[in-house]
Amino acid sequence: MSLALDKSLRSAAARSQSSSLMDRIFSALVLGSTAIVLLSLLGVFVALAVGAWPALQKFGFGFLVTEVWNPVTAQFGAVAPIFGTLVTSLVAMLIGVPISIGIAIFMTELCPDRLRRPLGIAIELLAGIPSIIYGIWGLFVLAPFMQQHVQPLLIDTLGELPIIGNLFQGPPYGIGILTAGLVLGIMVLPFITAVARDVFLTVPAMVRESAYGIGATTWEVVWRVVIPYCKVGLLGGVMLGLGRALGETMAVTFVIGNAHRISSSILAPGTTISASIANEFTEATTDIYTSSLVALGLILFFITFVVLSISRMMLRRLR
Amino acid sequence: MTLQSRRRAKNLVALAFATAASAFGLFWLAVILWTLLYNGVTGLSPVLVTEATPPPGSGAGGLGNAILGSLLMNGLAILVATPLGILAGTWLAEYARHSKFGEVVRFLNDILLSAPSIIVGLFVYELMVVPMHHFSGWAGAVALAIIAIPVIVRTTQDMLMLVPSSLREAAAALGAPRWRVITSVAYRAALSGILTGVLLALARVSGETAPLLFTALNNQFWSSDMNAPMGNLPVVIFQFALSPYDDWQQLAWNGALLITVAILLTNIAARMLAAGKKSSRG
Repeated sequence: MSLALDKSLRSAAARSQSSSLMDRIFSALVLGSTAIVLLSLLGVFVALAVGAWPALQKFGFGFLVTEVWNPVTAQFGAVAPIFGTLVTSLVAMLIGVPISIGIAIFMTELCPDRLRRPLGIAIELLAGIPSIIYGIWGLFVLAPFMQQHVQPLLIDTLGELPIIGNLFQGPPYGIGILTAGLVLGIMVLPFITAVARDVFLTVPAMVRESAYGIGATTWEVVWRVVIPYCKVGLLGGVMLGLGRALGETMAVTFVIGNAHRISSSILAPGTTISASIANEFTEATTDIYTSSLVALGLILFFITFVVLSISRMMLRRLR
Repeated sequence: MTLQSRRRAKNLVALAFATAASAFGLFWLAVILWTLLYNGVTGLSPVLVTEATPPPGSGAGGLGNAILGSLLMNGLAILVATPLGILAGTWLAEYARHSKFGEVVRFLNDILLSAPSIIVGLFVYELMVVPMHHFSGWAGAVALAIIAIPVIVRTTQDMLMLVPSSLREAAAALGAPRWRVITSVAYRAALSGILTGVLLALARVSGETAPLLFTALNNQFWSSDMNAPMGNLPVVIFQFALSPYDDWQQLAWNGALLITVAILLTNIAARMLAAGKKSSRG
């Protein structure tokens, strides 16, 4: 390599005049490519805004507060999908966050060195499985299992309780908000786990060892020293997972049931923004219908943009 | 209970939870892969690749046209995304490492990296499908390229930043102009890392369904016409899995197995490339 390099450098020096031109061409090339990347993000925003305009113009602010979604009468409101998106993501976070942090604790504090790498690879494989696979698995394996075993149990136990019992009412459909949230929870595991493990490893050994030195148990070291030390980074990881869950499409579309209504029970079918778009976009026959779906996309883009921005700011110190 | 034993018990419970959480994660991985294998191996035969998707209930047919379409669109997407992504990553690492504007671009690229892929589908629909008045393979490829670009930008940038400055300075001291320093020195040192990024991008786009739903749509016949709706594996899996026909559902499982194996192999290849680099350097 050095010989070839030497040769090429020498010839480059000989052509120093043409090289200043090449320098300009190359820097224009890299800057131009960067501009294209930037324009694509700007383009997403502009294209969605243009596509959503007819719907936003017709329904105005009402679009955000109306539950009706009726293609026949051309009345569209975004409340049900927004509600579904937020609730499924909340369920996903309730399941995914403690489990992810648990795995990260296991990987950094408990795991024998030999197991650490295989476990890391396994978690990354979980991240590599495409969302459509989670969807087909959720529909054919998880949903029937939920219907036959988990949901009847929930209805008979938690469903009997006052107040929170409302969350577990109705027949066990199998598909629905809870199942979608569970699939999402499994899907965000690898993302949150990877960030949590990385931030845990940023804790200086001396801080950790000082805590052990004064007689703290492993749990006390984690809970009182490690987690407080990296709570900002940890929150960044959670927000990253939330961003994923909010925008996830295929896995949810399979198991959510696609019902445009708000139900107090998390066992009931519902819909999310992304599932509505995926399910209905090619069937949308009128312009206002298509435009309403694009408007949903705009809302989703805005929500995920905010969540991911927060995540990125919190994780900035890590890099 | 004394304070001591209470602390010890709490510790035990917490650590047991952490261990159980890891088992929980591995459990899902095992269950998903096993279900895929169990359902996907049935009816696996060469016909799957040679025949086009059948009408429902015929009990014959394969996924050949969908596989062809996926290969064409993925290939084209990577072909477009690789130069653009590498050049933009180069700008971030070599020209704008400490600049404010570079920081903004880096921020936006990271957002694009995790943005919902269905949004990209909507964008390309507005950008290409609406003006062209029909769905097309081109639109599908563009949507996939937009998803691949941020992955390549990010890895290229990270890998170039790992190249020691002393290498660049040595080349510059020999009189090499900047573009020479980057193309002959920095790129060479970061080559395997950059290729890893390209492979990861390929793995990422291969499983994407949402951005293809209303760009490439689907096509149940053999077609390599990029200007027409194009069959592709993820959308076929989606449609067939949700259909009421047994033979279509079986094909969906076969397709799911194929796509997962292909993606996991690509991921493993990417990891080996990255690991090989590490050991040769040390």
